[in-house]
Amino acid sequence: MSWLIDFWHMIWPHLGRGLLVTLKLSGGALLIGFLLGLPTALIRVYGSPWAKRLATLYVDVFRGTPLLVQLFFIYYGLADPHLTTLAESIGLPPSLLVLPPMTAAYAALGLNSGAYQAEYFRGAIQAVSGGQMMAARALGMSRWQAIRHIVLPQALRIAIPPWSNEAAYLVKYTSVVYIIAVPDLFGEARRIMSVHYNQMIMLPFVGFIYLLMVLFITWVMGKVEAALRIPGLEMEEQERF
Amino acid sequence: MTQPIVRIEELHKRYGDNEVLKGVSLEVQKGEVVVIIGPSGTGKSTLLRCVNLLSRPDSGHVWVEGEEVTAPHVDINRIRAKVGMVFQDFNLFAHLTALKNVMAGPVWVKKMPKEEARELAMEELRRVGLADKADAYPGQLSGGQKQRVAIARALAMNPKVMLFDEPTSALDPELIGEVLAVMKDLAREHMTMLVVTHEMGFAKEVSNRIIFMEKGVIVEEGPPEQLFYNPQHRRTRQFLGKITELYGNAETG
Repeated sequence: MSWLIDFWHMIWPHLGRGLLVTLKLSGGALLIGFLLGLPTALIRVYGSPWAKRLATLYVDVFRGTPLLVQLFFIYYGLADPHLTTLAESIGLPPSLLVLPPMTAAYAALGLNSGAYQAEYFRGAIQAVSGGQMMAARALGMSRWQAIRHIVLPQALRIAIPPWSNEAAYLVKYTSVVYIIAVPDLFGEARRIMSVHYNQMIMLPFVGFIYLLMVLFITWVMGKVEAALRIPGLEMEEQERF
Repeated sequence: MTQPIVRIEELHKRYGDNEVLKGVSLEVQKGEVVVIIGPSGTGKSTLLRCVNLLSRPDSGHVWVEGEEVTAPHVDINRIRAKVGMVFQDFNLFAHLTALKNVMAGPVWVKKMPKEEARELAMEELRRVGLADKADAYPGQLSGGQKQRVAIARALAMNPKVMLFDEPTSALDPELIGEVLAVMKDLAREHMTMLVVTHEMGFAKEVSNRIIFMEKGVIVEEGPPEQLFYNPQHRRTRQFLGKITELYGNAETG
Protein backbone atom coordinates (compact mmCIF):
# COMPACT_ATOMS: atom_id res chain seq x y z
CA MET A 1 0.00 0.00 0.00
CA SER A 2 2.67 2.46 0.96
CA TRP A 3 4.31 1.76 -2.38
CA LEU A 4 1.14 2.90 -4.11
CA ILE A 5 0.95 6.06 -2.04
CA ASP A 6 4.58 6.88 -2.75
CA PHE A 7 3.98 6.31 -6.41
CA TRP A 8 0.96 8.57 -6.34
CA HIS A 9 2.94 11.31 -4.59
CA MET A 10 5.60 10.97 -7.23
CA ILE A 11 3.37 11.21 -10.30
CA TRP A 12 0.48 13.36 -9.23
CA PRO A 13 2.18 16.77 -8.99
CA HIS A 14 3.30 16.33 -12.60
CA LEU A 15 0.17 14.70 -13.96
CA GLY A 16 -2.06 17.15 -12.15
CA ARG A 17 -0.23 20.05 -13.75
CA GLY A 18 -0.41 18.30 -17.11
CA LEU A 19 -4.11 17.62 -16.67
CA LEU A 20 -4.67 21.31 -16.04
CA VAL A 21 -2.83 22.17 -19.25
CA THR A 22 -4.90 19.62 -21.19
CA LEU A 23 -8.13 21.02 -19.78
CA LYS A 24 -7.10 24.59 -20.60
CA LEU A 25 -6.10 23.59 -24.12
CA SER A 26 -9.29 21.61 -24.73
CA GLY A 27 -11.55 24.36 -23.42
CA GLY A 28 -9.63 27.10 -25.19
CA ALA A 29 -9.50 25.30 -28.53
CA LEU A 30 -13.19 24.41 -28.36
CA LEU A 31 -14.03 28.04 -27.66
CA ILE A 32 -11.76 29.33 -30.45
CA GLY A 33 -13.21 26.67 -32.72
CA PHE A 34 -16.75 27.75 -31.85
CA LEU A 35 -15.97 31.42 -32.47
CA LEU A 36 -14.43 30.54 -35.84
CA GLY A 37 -16.78 27.72 -36.78
CA LEU A 38 -20.17 29.39 -36.30
CA PRO A 39 -19.42 32.48 -38.46
CA THR A 40 -17.74 30.24 -41.04
CA ALA A 41 -20.86 28.08 -41.22
CA LEU A 42 -23.12 31.14 -41.53
CA ILE A 43 -20.93 32.51 -44.31
CA ARG A 44 -20.98 29.17 -46.12
CA VAL A 45 -24.78 29.15 -46.08
CA TYR A 46 -25.69 32.82 -46.39
CA GLY A 47 -22.53 34.65 -47.49
CA SER A 48 -21.63 36.34 -50.75
CA PRO A 49 -19.92 34.12 -53.35
CA TRP A 50 -16.44 35.41 -52.49
CA ALA A 51 -16.88 35.10 -48.76
CA LYS A 52 -18.24 31.59 -49.34
CA ARG A 53 -15.14 30.64 -51.30
CA LEU A 54 -12.84 31.90 -48.55
CA ALA A 55 -14.80 30.06 -45.86
CA THR A 56 -14.74 26.86 -47.92
CA LEU A 57 -10.99 27.21 -48.44
CA TYR A 58 -10.44 27.50 -44.69
CA VAL A 59 -12.56 24.43 -43.99
CA ASP A 60 -10.95 22.38 -46.75
CA VAL A 61 -7.40 23.23 -45.69
CA PHE A 62 -7.87 22.50 -41.99
CA ARG A 63 -10.02 19.41 -42.44
CA GLY A 64 -7.95 18.11 -45.30
CA THR A 65 -4.47 18.22 -43.77
CA PRO A 66 -3.13 16.37 -40.73
CA LEU A 67 -3.37 18.17 -37.41
CA LEU A 68 0.29 17.40 -36.80
CA VAL A 69 1.30 19.15 -40.04
CA GLN A 70 -0.78 22.16 -39.01
CA LEU A 71 0.82 22.22 -35.58
CA PHE A 72 4.33 22.00 -37.01
CA PHE A 73 3.58 24.63 -39.61
CA ILE A 74 2.35 27.09 -36.99
CA TYR A 75 5.14 26.35 -34.51
CA TYR A 76 8.17 25.71 -36.73
CA GLY A 77 7.04 26.90 -40.16
CA LEU A 78 6.10 30.44 -39.16
CA ALA A 79 9.34 30.79 -37.19
CA ASP A 80 11.36 30.21 -40.35
CA PRO A 81 14.20 32.79 -40.48
CA HIS A 82 13.28 33.82 -44.03
CA LEU A 83 9.82 34.70 -42.86
CA THR A 84 10.92 36.55 -39.74
CA THR A 85 13.41 38.58 -41.77
CA LEU A 86 10.65 39.39 -44.21
CA ALA A 87 8.36 40.46 -41.35
CA GLU A 88 11.09 42.65 -39.95
CA SER A 89 11.68 44.30 -43.30
CA ILE A 90 8.04 45.44 -43.44
CA GLY A 91 8.17 46.72 -39.89
CA LEU A 92 6.52 43.84 -38.03
CA PRO A 93 8.12 42.46 -34.88
CA PRO A 94 9.53 39.00 -35.69
CA SER A 95 8.19 37.74 -32.34
CA LEU A 96 4.78 37.79 -34.01
CA LEU A 97 5.81 34.70 -35.95
CA VAL A 98 7.89 32.93 -33.32
CA LEU A 99 5.12 31.60 -31.13
CA PRO A 100 5.48 30.11 -27.65
CA PRO A 101 4.50 26.41 -27.63
CA MET A 102 1.24 27.01 -25.76
CA THR A 103 0.13 29.75 -28.18
CA ALA A 104 0.95 27.58 -31.19
CA ALA A 105 -1.03 24.74 -29.61
CA TYR A 106 -4.08 26.94 -29.04
CA ALA A 107 -3.85 28.24 -32.61
CA ALA A 108 -3.49 24.85 -34.29
CA LEU A 109 -6.14 23.08 -32.22
CA GLY A 110 -8.51 26.05 -32.41
CA LEU A 111 -8.18 26.49 -36.17
CA ASN A 112 -8.55 22.75 -36.71
CA SER A 113 -11.58 22.43 -34.48
CA GLY A 114 -13.11 25.53 -36.07
CA ALA A 115 -13.08 23.83 -39.47
CA TYR A 116 -14.84 20.75 -38.12
CA GLN A 117 -17.31 22.76 -36.05
CA ALA A 118 -18.10 24.85 -39.13
CA GLU A 119 -19.22 21.72 -40.93
CA TYR A 120 -21.40 20.55 -38.04
CA PHE A 121 -23.02 23.98 -37.76
CA ARG A 122 -23.47 24.24 -41.52
CA GLY A 123 -25.31 20.94 -41.64
CA ALA A 124 -27.54 22.00 -38.76
CA ILE A 125 -28.28 25.42 -40.29
CA GLN A 126 -29.18 23.84 -43.61
CA ALA A 127 -31.42 21.33 -41.89
CA VAL A 128 -33.41 24.19 -40.29
CA SER A 129 -33.34 26.81 -43.03
CA GLY A 130 -35.68 26.82 -46.00
CA GLY A 131 -39.26 26.95 -44.80
CA GLN A 132 -38.38 28.49 -41.43
CA MET A 133 -36.33 31.22 -43.10
CA MET A 134 -39.07 31.88 -45.64
CA ALA A 135 -41.75 32.19 -42.94
CA ALA A 136 -39.57 34.57 -40.94
CA ARG A 137 -38.82 36.75 -43.96
CA ALA A 138 -42.50 36.74 -44.94
CA LEU A 139 -43.30 38.29 -41.53
CA GLY A 140 -40.92 41.12 -42.36
CA MET A 141 -37.85 40.01 -40.42
CA SER A 142 -34.50 40.96 -41.87
CA ARG A 143 -32.23 38.11 -42.83
CA TRP A 144 -30.12 38.65 -39.73
CA GLN A 145 -33.19 38.74 -37.45
CA ALA A 146 -34.39 35.49 -39.00
CA ILE A 147 -31.00 33.87 -38.48
CA ARG A 148 -30.74 35.07 -34.90
CA HIS A 149 -34.26 34.43 -33.66
CA ILE A 150 -35.44 31.54 -35.81
CA VAL A 151 -32.63 29.60 -37.50
CA LEU A 152 -29.84 29.59 -34.91
CA PRO A 153 -31.90 28.62 -31.83
CA GLN A 154 -32.97 25.50 -33.73
CA ALA A 155 -29.69 24.82 -35.53
CA LEU A 156 -27.61 25.01 -32.35
CA ARG A 157 -29.87 22.42 -30.76
CA ILE A 158 -29.43 20.10 -33.72
CA ALA A 159 -25.67 20.64 -33.56
CA ILE A 160 -25.36 19.46 -29.95
CA PRO A 161 -24.74 15.74 -30.64
CA PRO A 162 -22.08 16.27 -33.34
CA TRP A 163 -20.58 19.08 -31.27
CA SER A 164 -20.14 16.88 -28.21
CA ASN A 165 -18.53 14.36 -30.51
CA GLU A 166 -16.08 17.04 -31.60
CA ALA A 167 -15.41 17.95 -27.97
CA ALA A 168 -14.63 14.31 -27.16
CA TYR A 169 -12.24 14.07 -30.12
CA LEU A 170 -10.53 17.31 -29.28
CA VAL A 171 -9.73 16.37 -25.67
CA LYS A 172 -7.84 13.36 -26.99
CA TYR A 173 -6.25 15.18 -29.92
CA THR A 174 -4.69 17.72 -27.56
CA SER A 175 -2.21 14.94 -26.70
CA VAL A 176 -0.26 15.66 -29.90
CA VAL A 177 1.04 18.93 -28.46
CA TYR A 178 3.65 17.16 -26.29
CA ILE A 179 5.63 17.05 -29.54
CA ILE A 180 6.24 20.82 -29.46
CA ALA A 181 7.12 20.59 -25.77
CA VAL A 182 3.80 21.66 -24.28
CA PRO A 183 3.65 20.03 -20.82
CA ASP A 184 0.15 18.58 -21.18
CA LEU A 185 -1.13 15.44 -19.50
CA PHE A 186 0.48 13.12 -22.02
CA GLY A 187 3.69 15.16 -22.14
CA GLU A 188 4.07 14.91 -18.38
CA ALA A 189 3.30 11.19 -18.45
CA ARG A 190 5.93 10.72 -21.10
CA ARG A 191 8.51 12.48 -18.97
CA ILE A 192 7.74 10.26 -16.01
CA MET A 193 7.96 7.18 -18.22
CA SER A 194 11.29 8.23 -19.67
CA VAL A 195 12.73 8.39 -16.15
CA HIS A 196 11.03 5.41 -14.50
CA TYR A 197 10.32 3.06 -17.43
CA ASN A 198 6.86 2.37 -15.98
CA GLN A 199 4.83 2.64 -19.17
CA MET A 200 2.76 -0.46 -18.35
CA ILE A 201 1.30 1.49 -15.43
CA MET A 202 1.43 5.02 -16.83
CA LEU A 203 -0.18 4.44 -20.21
CA PRO A 204 -3.35 2.73 -18.93
CA PHE A 205 -3.54 5.27 -16.14
CA VAL A 206 -3.23 8.27 -18.46
CA GLY A 207 -5.65 6.65 -20.92
CA PHE A 208 -8.09 6.24 -18.07
CA ILE A 209 -7.89 9.95 -17.23
CA TYR A 210 -8.69 10.83 -20.87
CA LEU A 211 -11.57 8.36 -20.77
CA LEU A 212 -12.97 10.04 -17.64
CA MET A 213 -12.79 13.43 -19.33
CA VAL A 214 -14.60 12.18 -22.42
CA LEU A 215 -17.28 10.44 -20.36
CA PHE A 216 -17.77 13.62 -18.37
CA ILE A 217 -18.20 15.71 -21.54
CA THR A 218 -20.65 13.18 -22.98
CA TRP A 219 -22.63 13.26 -19.75
CA VAL A 220 -22.73 17.06 -19.56
CA MET A 221 -23.71 17.46 -23.22
CA GLY A 222 -26.42 14.83 -22.79
CA LYS A 223 -27.83 16.92 -19.94
CA VAL A 224 -27.62 20.09 -22.04
CA GLU A 225 -29.39 18.37 -24.92
CA ALA A 226 -32.17 17.11 -22.68
CA ALA A 227 -32.63 20.52 -21.07
CA LEU A 228 -32.97 22.26 -24.44
CA ARG A 229 -35.16 19.64 -26.09
CA ILE A 230 -38.18 21.11 -27.85
CA PRO A 231 -41.39 19.52 -26.54
CA GLY A 232 -43.28 17.56 -29.17
CA LEU A 233 -40.24 16.87 -31.33
CA GLU A 234 -38.71 14.02 -29.35
CA MET A 235 -41.60 11.69 -30.14
CA GLU A 236 -40.64 11.63 -33.79
CA GLU A 237 -37.04 10.89 -32.85
CA GLN A 238 -37.92 7.94 -30.65
CA GLU A 239 -39.81 6.22 -33.43
CA ARG A 240 -38.13 2.88 -34.26
CA PHE A 241 -38.24 1.28 -37.65
CA MET B 1 -61.98 54.28 -58.32
CA THR B 2 -60.17 53.31 -55.15
CA GLN B 3 -56.61 52.16 -55.16
CA PRO B 4 -56.25 48.36 -55.29
CA ILE B 5 -54.53 46.64 -52.35
CA VAL B 6 -52.50 44.50 -54.72
CA ARG B 7 -51.73 45.34 -58.31
CA ILE B 8 -49.69 43.05 -60.51
CA GLU B 9 -48.63 44.04 -63.99
CA GLU B 10 -47.10 41.88 -66.73
CA LEU B 11 -45.24 39.58 -64.37
CA HIS B 12 -42.65 37.26 -65.87
CA LYS B 13 -40.61 34.68 -63.99
CA ARG B 14 -38.47 31.83 -65.20
CA TYR B 15 -36.52 29.12 -63.44
CA GLY B 16 -33.80 28.09 -65.88
CA ASP B 17 -35.52 27.00 -69.09
CA ASN B 18 -38.91 26.89 -67.49
CA GLU B 19 -40.92 30.09 -67.80
CA VAL B 20 -43.33 29.83 -64.89
CA LEU B 21 -45.10 33.16 -65.29
CA LYS B 22 -45.64 34.51 -68.80
CA GLY B 23 -47.07 37.96 -68.29
CA VAL B 24 -49.64 37.90 -65.51
CA SER B 25 -51.63 41.00 -64.58
CA LEU B 26 -54.12 41.18 -61.77
CA GLU B 27 -55.70 43.54 -59.25
CA VAL B 28 -57.15 42.82 -55.85
CA GLN B 29 -59.43 45.44 -54.33
CA LYS B 30 -59.84 46.11 -50.63
CA GLY B 31 -62.05 43.50 -48.99
CA GLU B 32 -62.01 41.25 -52.03
CA VAL B 33 -61.46 37.48 -51.80
CA VAL B 34 -59.75 36.26 -54.95
CA VAL B 35 -59.18 32.54 -55.44
CA ILE B 36 -56.59 31.26 -57.90
CA ILE B 37 -57.16 27.77 -59.24
CA GLY B 38 -55.37 25.71 -61.85
CA PRO B 39 -53.26 22.61 -62.39
CA SER B 40 -50.08 22.25 -60.35
CA GLY B 41 -46.92 23.71 -61.80
CA THR B 42 -48.71 26.58 -63.49
CA GLY B 43 -47.14 29.33 -61.45
CA LYS B 44 -49.88 29.97 -58.87
CA SER B 45 -47.57 29.75 -55.87
CA THR B 46 -44.84 31.66 -57.68
CA LEU B 47 -47.33 34.44 -58.42
CA LEU B 48 -48.21 34.62 -54.72
CA ARG B 49 -44.55 34.72 -53.73
CA CYS B 50 -43.89 37.55 -56.14
CA VAL B 51 -46.38 39.72 -54.23
CA ASN B 52 -44.11 39.89 -51.16
CA LEU B 53 -40.96 39.26 -53.16
CA LEU B 54 -40.16 35.88 -51.60
CA SER B 55 -39.62 35.17 -55.26
CA ARG B 56 -38.19 37.96 -57.38
CA PRO B 57 -39.86 38.36 -60.78
CA ASP B 58 -37.65 38.73 -63.87
CA SER B 59 -39.81 41.55 -65.18
CA GLY B 60 -43.10 43.25 -64.45
CA HIS B 61 -44.31 45.24 -61.49
CA VAL B 62 -46.10 44.65 -58.22
CA TRP B 63 -47.69 47.28 -56.01
CA VAL B 64 -49.04 46.81 -52.51
CA GLU B 65 -51.27 49.69 -51.39
CA GLY B 66 -49.85 51.78 -54.21
CA GLU B 67 -46.27 51.21 -53.13
CA GLU B 68 -44.13 49.49 -55.73
CA VAL B 69 -42.63 46.30 -54.29
CA THR B 70 -40.52 45.67 -57.37
CA ALA B 71 -38.91 49.13 -57.37
CA PRO B 72 -35.14 49.13 -56.74
CA HIS B 73 -33.95 49.83 -53.17
CA VAL B 74 -37.40 49.39 -51.69
CA ASP B 75 -37.51 48.43 -47.99
CA ILE B 76 -39.00 45.03 -48.61
CA ASN B 77 -39.19 44.12 -44.91
CA ARG B 78 -41.54 47.03 -44.28
CA ILE B 79 -43.83 45.93 -47.13
CA ARG B 80 -43.74 42.26 -46.11
CA ALA B 81 -44.86 43.31 -42.63
CA LYS B 82 -48.22 44.33 -44.06
CA VAL B 83 -48.67 41.27 -46.26
CA GLY B 84 -49.67 38.17 -44.32
CA MET B 85 -48.68 34.81 -45.75
CA VAL B 86 -49.85 31.28 -44.96
CA PHE B 87 -47.93 28.33 -46.37
CA GLN B 88 -48.94 24.85 -47.42
CA ASP B 89 -46.61 23.23 -44.87
CA PHE B 90 -47.36 25.75 -42.07
CA ASN B 91 -43.72 26.64 -41.33
CA LEU B 92 -44.43 27.39 -37.70
CA PHE B 93 -41.26 28.18 -35.77
CA ALA B 94 -40.59 24.77 -34.24
CA HIS B 95 -38.72 26.02 -31.15
CA LEU B 96 -41.43 28.47 -30.07
CA THR B 97 -44.81 27.90 -28.42
CA ALA B 98 -47.97 28.79 -30.32
CA LEU B 99 -48.15 32.06 -28.37
CA LYS B 100 -44.51 32.98 -29.10
CA ASN B 101 -45.03 32.13 -32.77
CA VAL B 102 -47.82 34.67 -32.92
CA MET B 103 -45.78 37.19 -30.90
CA ALA B 104 -42.77 36.83 -33.22
CA GLY B 105 -43.81 39.39 -35.81
CA PRO B 106 -45.07 42.10 -33.43
CA VAL B 107 -42.05 41.78 -31.10
CA TRP B 108 -39.19 41.38 -33.56
CA VAL B 109 -40.49 43.25 -36.59
CA LYS B 110 -42.73 45.92 -35.07
CA LYS B 111 -40.73 46.19 -31.82
CA MET B 112 -43.95 46.03 -29.82
CA PRO B 113 -43.47 45.75 -26.03
CA LYS B 114 -43.67 42.08 -24.94
CA GLU B 115 -46.70 42.48 -22.69
CA GLU B 116 -48.71 44.23 -25.36
CA ALA B 117 -47.66 41.63 -27.93
CA ARG B 118 -48.66 38.82 -25.57
CA GLU B 119 -52.17 40.25 -25.22
CA LEU B 120 -52.47 40.75 -28.96
CA ALA B 121 -51.24 37.21 -29.61
CA MET B 122 -53.73 35.74 -27.15
CA GLU B 123 -56.47 37.66 -28.91
CA GLU B 124 -55.40 36.30 -32.30
CA LEU B 125 -55.24 32.76 -30.92
CA ARG B 126 -58.75 33.20 -29.54
CA ARG B 127 -59.82 34.38 -32.98
CA VAL B 128 -58.71 31.06 -34.51
CA GLY B 129 -60.10 29.11 -31.54
CA LEU B 130 -56.77 28.04 -30.04
CA ALA B 131 -56.37 30.13 -26.90
CA ASP B 132 -56.09 26.89 -24.90
CA LYS B 133 -53.08 25.83 -26.99
CA ALA B 134 -51.05 28.99 -26.32
CA ASP B 135 -48.30 27.10 -24.50
CA ALA B 136 -48.16 24.11 -26.86
CA TYR B 137 -45.21 23.69 -29.21
CA PRO B 138 -45.87 23.08 -32.93
CA GLY B 139 -44.77 19.45 -32.47
CA GLN B 140 -47.66 18.99 -30.05
CA LEU B 141 -50.34 20.34 -32.41
CA SER B 142 -52.34 18.65 -35.17
CA GLY B 143 -51.91 19.86 -38.75
CA GLY B 144 -55.15 21.82 -38.64
CA GLN B 145 -54.15 23.48 -35.37
CA LYS B 146 -50.72 24.31 -36.78
CA GLN B 147 -52.27 26.01 -39.76
CA ARG B 148 -54.65 27.99 -37.56
CA VAL B 149 -51.70 29.17 -35.46
CA ALA B 150 -49.93 30.11 -38.69
CA ILE B 151 -52.96 32.18 -39.69
CA ALA B 152 -52.98 33.85 -36.26
CA ARG B 153 -49.26 34.57 -36.64
CA ALA B 154 -49.92 36.36 -39.92
CA LEU B 155 -52.96 38.21 -38.53
CA ALA B 156 -50.99 39.55 -35.57
CA MET B 157 -49.15 41.83 -37.98
CA ASN B 158 -52.48 43.45 -38.89
CA PRO B 159 -51.89 42.79 -42.60
CA LYS B 160 -53.55 44.69 -45.44
CA VAL B 161 -53.84 41.49 -47.45
CA MET B 162 -53.50 37.79 -46.66
CA LEU B 163 -51.85 35.41 -49.12
CA PHE B 164 -52.81 31.74 -48.75
CA ASP B 165 -50.62 29.25 -50.61
CA GLU B 166 -52.61 25.99 -50.72
CA PRO B 167 -53.33 26.24 -46.98
CA THR B 168 -55.19 22.91 -46.75
CA SER B 169 -53.24 20.76 -49.21
CA ALA B 170 -51.00 19.19 -46.55
CA LEU B 171 -53.91 18.39 -44.22
CA ASP B 172 -55.79 15.19 -43.54
CA PRO B 173 -59.32 15.53 -44.94
CA GLU B 174 -60.96 15.70 -41.52
CA LEU B 175 -58.76 18.67 -40.53
CA ILE B 176 -59.46 20.80 -43.60
CA GLY B 177 -62.80 22.06 -42.32
CA GLU B 178 -61.43 23.84 -39.25
CA VAL B 179 -58.92 25.80 -41.36
CA LEU B 180 -61.51 26.72 -44.00
CA ALA B 181 -63.85 27.85 -41.22
CA VAL B 182 -61.22 30.30 -39.96
CA MET B 183 -60.66 31.55 -43.49
CA LYS B 184 -64.39 32.03 -44.00
CA ASP B 185 -64.54 34.06 -40.79
CA LEU B 186 -61.78 36.25 -42.14
CA ALA B 187 -63.63 36.77 -45.40
CA ARG B 188 -66.75 37.75 -43.47
CA GLU B 189 -64.69 40.33 -41.62
CA HIS B 190 -63.75 41.73 -45.05
CA MET B 191 -60.10 40.76 -44.94
CA THR B 192 -58.55 41.14 -48.37
CA MET B 193 -57.45 37.66 -49.42
CA LEU B 194 -55.59 36.10 -52.32
CA VAL B 195 -55.94 32.34 -52.07
CA VAL B 196 -54.40 29.50 -54.06
CA THR B 197 -56.46 26.40 -53.35
CA HIS B 198 -58.14 23.31 -54.73
CA GLU B 199 -61.06 23.70 -52.32
CA MET B 200 -63.82 24.49 -54.80
CA GLY B 201 -66.48 24.62 -52.09
CA PHE B 202 -64.57 27.41 -50.38
CA ALA B 203 -63.99 29.16 -53.70
CA LYS B 204 -67.65 29.06 -54.60
CA GLU B 205 -68.96 30.07 -51.19
CA VAL B 206 -66.52 32.79 -50.22
CA SER B 207 -64.73 34.27 -53.20
CA ASN B 208 -65.70 37.37 -55.13
CA ARG B 209 -63.63 36.34 -58.10
CA ILE B 210 -61.98 33.20 -59.36
CA ILE B 211 -58.90 33.15 -61.53
CA PHE B 212 -58.08 30.08 -63.58
CA MET B 213 -54.38 29.90 -64.35
CA GLU B 214 -52.60 27.47 -66.59
CA LYS B 215 -49.07 27.32 -67.98
CA GLY B 216 -48.08 30.71 -66.61
CA VAL B 217 -51.03 32.75 -67.89
CA ILE B 218 -54.50 33.65 -66.66
CA VAL B 219 -56.86 31.69 -68.90
CA GLU B 220 -60.10 32.99 -67.49
CA GLU B 221 -61.37 35.00 -64.56
CA GLY B 222 -64.75 35.99 -63.26
CA PRO B 223 -67.25 35.68 -60.43
CA PRO B 224 -67.67 32.11 -59.13
CA GLU B 225 -71.13 31.66 -60.73
CA GLN B 226 -69.65 32.34 -64.15
CA LEU B 227 -66.62 30.09 -63.73
CA PHE B 228 -68.47 27.20 -62.24
CA TYR B 229 -71.69 27.28 -64.29
CA ASN B 230 -70.73 29.02 -67.48
CA PRO B 231 -66.99 28.80 -68.09
CA GLN B 232 -65.95 30.43 -71.35
CA HIS B 233 -62.87 28.31 -72.07
CA ARG B 234 -62.63 24.65 -72.87
CA ARG B 235 -59.61 24.27 -70.56
CA THR B 236 -61.50 25.78 -67.62
CA ARG B 237 -64.32 23.31 -68.15
CA GLN B 238 -61.91 20.38 -68.37
CA PHE B 239 -60.06 21.43 -65.23
CA LEU B 240 -63.22 21.96 -63.20
CA GLY B 241 -64.54 18.62 -64.37
CA LYS B 242 -61.40 16.86 -63.24
CA ILE B 243 -61.25 18.71 -59.93
CA THR B 244 -64.85 17.82 -59.11
CA GLU B 245 -64.07 14.20 -59.86
CA LEU B 246 -61.11 14.31 -57.49
CA TYR B 247 -62.34 16.50 -54.66
CA GLY B 248 -66.06 15.92 -54.84
CA ASN B 249 -68.85 18.26 -55.81
CA ALA B 250 -68.36 21.93 -55.05
CA GLU B 251 -71.81 22.06 -53.43
CA THR B 252 -70.76 19.76 -50.62
CA GLY B 253 -67.24 21.06 -50.18
